[in-house]
Amino acid sequence: MDIRVLFLFSVSLLIVNQVSRAEPAEPAGKAAQAVNAPIPVKAFQPPPDEAIPDDEFGNMVRLGRKIFTHTGKYAAEYVGNNQSCVNCHLDAGRLANSAPLWAAWVRYPTYRKKNQMVNTMQERIQGCFRYSMNGTPPPADGETLKALMSYAYWMAEGAPTGVTLPGQGYPKLDKPKLEPDYQRGADVFAHNCALCHGADGEGVRQDDQQVFPPLWGKHAFNWGAGMHRINTAAAFIRANMPLGKGGSLSVQQAWDVAYFVNSHDRPQDPRFEGDLEATKKKFHNHQCRYGDKVGKTVLGRSSK
Amino acid sequence: MKKRAGIYLIFAILTYAAPTLGAPPSGKTLAQQGNGKGAPGCVSCHGDKGQGNPAAGYPYLAGQPESYLLGQLNAFADQTRTSPVMQPFASALSVEEMQAVSAYFAGLPLPDTDSGKSAGDTADAGRRLATQGKWSVGMPACFQCHGDRGQGVAPHFPAISGQPEDYLRNQLEHWRKGARSNDPIGLMQAVVGHLEEADIAAVSRYLSTLSPTKAP
Ligand code: HEC
Ligand code: HEC
Ligand code: HEC
Ligand code: HEC
Repeated sequence: MDIRVLFLFSVSLLIVNQVSRAEPAEPAGKAAQAVNAPIPVKAFQPPPDEAIPDDEFGNMVRLGRKIFTHTGKYAAEYVGNNQSCVNCHLDAGRLANSAPLWAAWVRYPTYRKKNQMVNTMQERIQGCFRYSMNGTPPPADGETLKALMSYAYWMAEGAPTGVTLPGQGYPKLDKPKLEPDYQRGADVFAHNCALCHGADGEGVRQDDQQVFPPLWGKHAFNWGAGMHRINTAAAFIRANMPLGKGGSLSVQQAWDVAYFVNSHDRPQDPRFEGDLEATKKKFHNHQCRYGDKVGKTVLGRSSK
Repeated sequence: MKKRAGIYLIFAILTYAAPTLGAPPSGKTLAQQGNGKGAPGCVSCHGDKGQGNPAAGYPYLAGQPESYLLGQLNAFADQTRTSPVMQPFASALSVEEMQAVSAYFAGLPLPDTDSGKSAGDTADAGRRLATQGKWSVGMPACFQCHGDRGQGVAPHFPAISGQPEDYLRNQLEHWRKGARSNDPIGLMQAVVGHLEEADIAAVSRYLSTLSPTKAP
């Protein structure tokens, strides 16, 4: 090479070197709109934690709170994944629009289409262990359920019974203008969710603790959990995600990203008896992707 | 002709290497001595182990996520984070130098900042914000994003426990005033939007009494 060329090249390199500035390591991309007010609701106010009584009953309530927020640690034998109850019931089960415990307490016993019978509160919680926690239901008379029941009961102090309180469940979401779409959902996910839940939905674990929960894969909720329904996930996400910015996604974005999240494989529906089509027909007559083909995989086929 | 080529060659080497004589300085050299082109040694303010200087309100850099540190240097340079002190230093660093010095500080252990001080009568309010948040207005606990003892969660969430009280308060104020706007998807802007003056004071004070290396 002509040495003069080399010289000029070096000089230009030097200039480029001095002038250019590195891009931030991982640009977080286009932010969701900056509106971040929680969806307003005139909700029942549960008592503050400080009001848990200092007696035997209070001890049981405190145990229930611990199980609720660190389920894998305090109820290990009944948990089959890396989730905790608080992941889907925010603020330790207190937050309106995130299926709070105080609103649940006053609704049971009630008839549920899911298992076509009247369910008690115990059975409802057992259901969340079986599906959302991909585990084994704790026995109705054991300490785990006693503690969770005490916690919910304490939290509902003063609430009227037998009514649907404002803030119960997740607020039903309007239908989207466009059919939910995988690619649009993937974009929403990459820009607004991956920084916490991981590019592959695996969540973040640090020092043996789950900081951000997994959304799919073998450590997530299973194919029988309420959150695998696109409408349920969309409602939860729109009200509560990205963390601290609930209400900031558009209705369309919430549906798209819920569709994307729930188009990935996760642990098998515990009601599965060897025949995917039969399980789909019997238990999945709702908005979900169980048994659908995504790329080359049929969702649920190789789930364990 | 041969002679000319020789001179060009020497010139070429000199222009490329003159400012530092040799390869770009290592992260450690930069931290200790600067680059001789406007960026002084970092340790004079940030401490010889990157442990910060609480009395002067200079933050620790040791043990922070590498990409977080790099992001901040870029933000100082492009002024999405304003700091009259750091802006000229960051602007004087090349891309490689920013990367090297970020990697160096990220590789040092988080400092044990335990000073035995207590947050006094605002301790409870500060602790509540850090560990439980203020969900009545939709704000998660600080530790949900920053780790359960404020030790940070790489790559996006820096350690906040044990930073100087003034530094923490200033950062929260900067977000409120728009002097810092480089946070991913506006997560900290949303947090700060939910904090009252008294909350900022209490949580800054509380966090400054903790150590990122110990459970609170
Ligand atoms: C700042 C971090 C952060 C961001 C960004 C974020 N999440 Fe989350 N997400 C969390 C945390 C933390 C929880 C658990 C809440 C808790 O335990 O208090 C959670 C819970 C969830 C859950 C409950 C189900 C489960 O498996 O635990 C879903 C679904 C979810 N997030 C979806 C999303 C989607 C979709 C986005 C993007 C639109 C998003 N999140 C953005 C932190 C985040
Ligand atoms: C992966 C998310 C997830 C996890 C983890 C989870 N749940 Fe749920 N839970 C749900 C969903 C979804 C519903 C139904 C909400 C709806 O459709 O409005 C629900 C409903 C409930 C209800 C009834 C609420 C009502 O108003 O009727 C209770 C009680 C409950 N969960 C308790 C628990 C407990 C206790 C745990 C931990 C052992 C737990 N949940 C873990 C997602 C979850
Ligand atoms: C004269 C003192 C001084 C020197 C020298 C100095 N800094 Fe700083 N640095 C500061 C101050 C003050 C701040 C806080 C700025 C603010 O208030 O936003 C800071 C903040 C930072 C931050 C942001 C930390 C965080 O937690 O967000 C980084 C990164 C940083 N400096 C890197 C460096 C590097 C690298 C060098 C050496 C090349 C250096 N600094 C030299 C005073 C100094
Ligand atoms: C939803 C997630 C989230 C929550 C909740 C959160 N933060 Fe942050 N915080 C972040 C992110 C992301 C950054 C990094 C911003 C950047 O890259 O510039 C950050 C940065 C900071 C910094 C700057 C650190 C430094 O060294 O300059 C401080 C101070 C801080 N947060 C304090 C708090 C406090 C106090 C709370 C609770 C009141 C809190 N944060 C809650 C996400 C969060």
